[in-house]
Amino acid sequence: MDFGTFLVQCLNSVQYGLLLFLLASGLTLIFGIMGVINLAHGSFYMIGAYMAFSLSPLFGDSFLLMLLAGVALAAVLGYLLEWAFFSYLYQRDHLQQVLMTYGLILVFEELRSILVGNDVHGVPVPAWLDGSFALGGVMSYPWYRLFASAACIVLAIAMYAVVNRTRLGMMIRAGASNRDMVRGLGIDIRRLYRIVFAGGVALAALAGMISAPMSSVYPNMGASVLIICFVVVVIGGIGSITGALVASLLVGFVDTFGKVFFSEISGIGIYLLMAAVLIWRPEGLMGRKT
Amino acid sequence: MSAAAPMTSPVLPSLPADRLTRGLLVPAAAVAVLAVAAPFLGGYASDLVVKVMILAIFALSLELLVGMTGLVSLGHAAFYGIGAYVTVLASGDEGGNLLVLLVASMGLAALYALVVGALSLRTKGVYFIMVTLAFAQMAFFVFHDTPVGGGSDGIYLYVRPAIGPIDLENRLTLFYVVLAALAGTYGLLALIRRSRFGAALAGIRVSEQRMRAVGFPTYFYKLAAFVIAGALAGLAGCLVAARDGVVNPELLAWHNSGEVLLMIILGGLGHLRGAVLGAVAFTLLKELLSTHALVGPLADHWQLSLGLVIIAFVAWLPRGLIGLVQRISPEGSR
Amino acid sequence: MSGNADALLKVDGLTRRFGGLVAVGSVSLDLRVGEVHAVIGTNGAGKSTLINMLSGEIAASEGRIALERSDITALAQPRRALAGVGRSYQRNTIFAEFTVLENCRLAAQAATPRPWAFWESAARCAASNQAAHEAMEAAGLTAEAQRIAGTMSHGAKRQLEVAMCLATRPRVLLLDEPLAGMGAEETERMLALLSRLKASHAILLVEHDMDAVFRIADRITVMVNGTVIATGAPESIRTNPEVRTAYLGDEVPA
Repeated sequence: MDFGTFLVQCLNSVQYGLLLFLLASGLTLIFGIMGVINLAHGSFYMIGAYMAFSLSPLFGDSFLLMLLAGVALAAVLGYLLEWAFFSYLYQRDHLQQVLMTYGLILVFEELRSILVGNDVHGVPVPAWLDGSFALGGVMSYPWYRLFASAACIVLAIAMYAVVNRTRLGMMIRAGASNRDMVRGLGIDIRRLYRIVFAGGVALAALAGMISAPMSSVYPNMGASVLIICFVVVVIGGIGSITGALVASLLVGFVDTFGKVFFSEISGIGIYLLMAAVLIWRPEGLMGRKT
Repeated sequence: MSAAAPMTSPVLPSLPADRLTRGLLVPAAAVAVLAVAAPFLGGYASDLVVKVMILAIFALSLELLVGMTGLVSLGHAAFYGIGAYVTVLASGDEGGNLLVLLVASMGLAALYALVVGALSLRTKGVYFIMVTLAFAQMAFFVFHDTPVGGGSDGIYLYVRPAIGPIDLENRLTLFYVVLAALAGTYGLLALIRRSRFGAALAGIRVSEQRMRAVGFPTYFYKLAAFVIAGALAGLAGCLVAARDGVVNPELLAWHNSGEVLLMIILGGLGHLRGAVLGAVAFTLLKELLSTHALVGPLADHWQLSLGLVIIAFVAWLPRGLIGLVQRISPEGSR
Repeated sequence: MSGNADALLKVDGLTRRFGGLVAVGSVSLDLRVGEVHAVIGTNGAGKSTLINMLSGEIAASEGRIALERSDITALAQPRRALAGVGRSYQRNTIFAEFTVLENCRLAAQAATPRPWAFWESAARCAASNQAAHEAMEAAGLTAEAQRIAGTMSHGAKRQLEVAMCLATRPRVLLLDEPLAGMGAEETERMLALLSRLKASHAILLVEHDMDAVFRIADRITVMVNGTVIATGAPESIRTNPEVRTAYLGDEVPA
């Protein structure tokens, strides 16, 4: 493998990893703070991708505007969904949460089928991001992928800033460690949960929207990404955003290079990675040892 | 929606011998009825009943894990699928020896369960659920992407297994073999449940901390339950391969793991009858929801209806159908 | 002090670090049959970590634990329990949905596990039933044998928590706040139980109820910030100036 190809694959690994990070952090936030395991998280990714498909003709090249619109819609969806459905899951045990969110996946997939059909669709890359730039003389790398990585980095920084530097973030962190205390302090925990949930949904949908021009839009795209998300959370350690970042990048590299070297069996590479982590450090790379 | 009671088993491990026989009376009667009715069932009915019986074995195997031990596995379809694939792959062109295939299917499923269990049981709760799902997905990829499994189209079984006069090519014979397997599985689990092993599993489900504090090496008990459950799922897999004559990677898909989990909740967690009832009810439910005559245009979108039914059911009837019966007539609870 | 002067459980220099924090710093103590050895200290003094290390739930960073001269430091909790170290918890770990008898019998089963004998009924295990009845008798719960554990009063549940430790016939009892949440009458019953158990067991008692501690304990160890500041008979502890300072003179009964 020459250096050019190697560099391209590294960039791809990072880009894939960063997208996974967006998804995984939403998942781990929702679980860490509200204690809900949400199988439908992948569906939000799918919804984001299909939103990109539906909104793209309306916004044309105003890609950023479209992302904004999509995020807003997703946040509203998340807010309503929490109020109408997820808030009832907090008191239930994991098994019930698993089954009810599984039911939700079926509902979402079928609604998607009814509203948009079952075809695979492409989503066009906006003109100002189209094309590639030269890399190391011989290789070229698509601008869009660079944009995707950059967008994820910006979002990761924004998330860090919100969680660690704002009042909302303080309440989130407090709610994560001591729910009852937060309630006792008069903070409306229900509204807090609703906001966190909406944020998680928005992150997942955004990941889907950003992915769409690269991976196209197809049925069941939510399911495959969900399981990889789970692997990331297990490897990184639940409740740890840093862990999710490290794990996402690790998975990104193992998966990308795995596909290059062992194309047939590449799908199982990340599971072997997960198995190795379980042998060595079952609480996750950055999880708290209980 | 009110907060539901936790989904732990209300059935206790302390059934004395006469309770065991009394508890097996109804299942034994059901087996007898099926055995007698078998020759009179038409082709379609017979196939349907065999399908449901196989699913019941699959559901019972998961009941051991979830209902009796409290381990929620979202990757149980892996062992089912492995059992099925082993049967087909080991059958070759001439068909295989039924006993050998059963042992091979159950053995290899148990082996994968040993590896997966040993690793997964290093985690708990939500982690455990995610890890079991991931390992099942790994198995799915092996059969889906590599030449081992014949790709996404699957592989055909050319000749069904046989041993001596017992030839599964004969529909009636297949029926009786599956019925015997179901009866055997049910009986085995009933014995386990009242045994010391089963009592320990129940204790682990309710309070693992206390079990360790009195001296039970809980990890090994859980691992044993995981492996036995895997083996029994492999049994169901072997039989489904024999019934269908074809296997494909969808057998290991996570939808299948979700559905079998659904079955035991539907019937009623913590009861062996519940697993069987759930398999019946779920099959019926899927049939009903996709029948145009009943639900009109919604039949084409049965997944939507199924999803909504699942949500409603878990929300309002978390104790399943058996729980519903118990609420109406509370005498059968202890 | 009475009975056997040799320590049944000897703890030597037990230490536990969490990163940079020293939760328990070089604690040494011993437990003797016929004696209640209480460990007291303010919150955060390291009592929970200590008892968790003794029961085997947390590994020690340094130090040694010996049960009758056998080094059990490396043994995991289940093995340690079978070797004779029983533990009760601050929060009930009883099986609420089973009867009292079933609770004790299941606990006793650990001594005769026979997990492979799947054709035998657990309920009919003679050894387990025998041990269960003895444990219930010792705890004064025989009358409640058929009662579903979760329906009993808080005090009775705490007694069951202790009874379950007895079912495997341990010689050492590590009791973590057995009096937690109890009213006066229930406390009396529990203290009477502990007095009865004292004769044949070596008991470690972690407790906050100072009146009870000073009534029942034969020796008291005081911990502050992870280390032992005093060990001795109740009287000497009561008058110990360091102890009085640590507690600001309030809690130690005059």
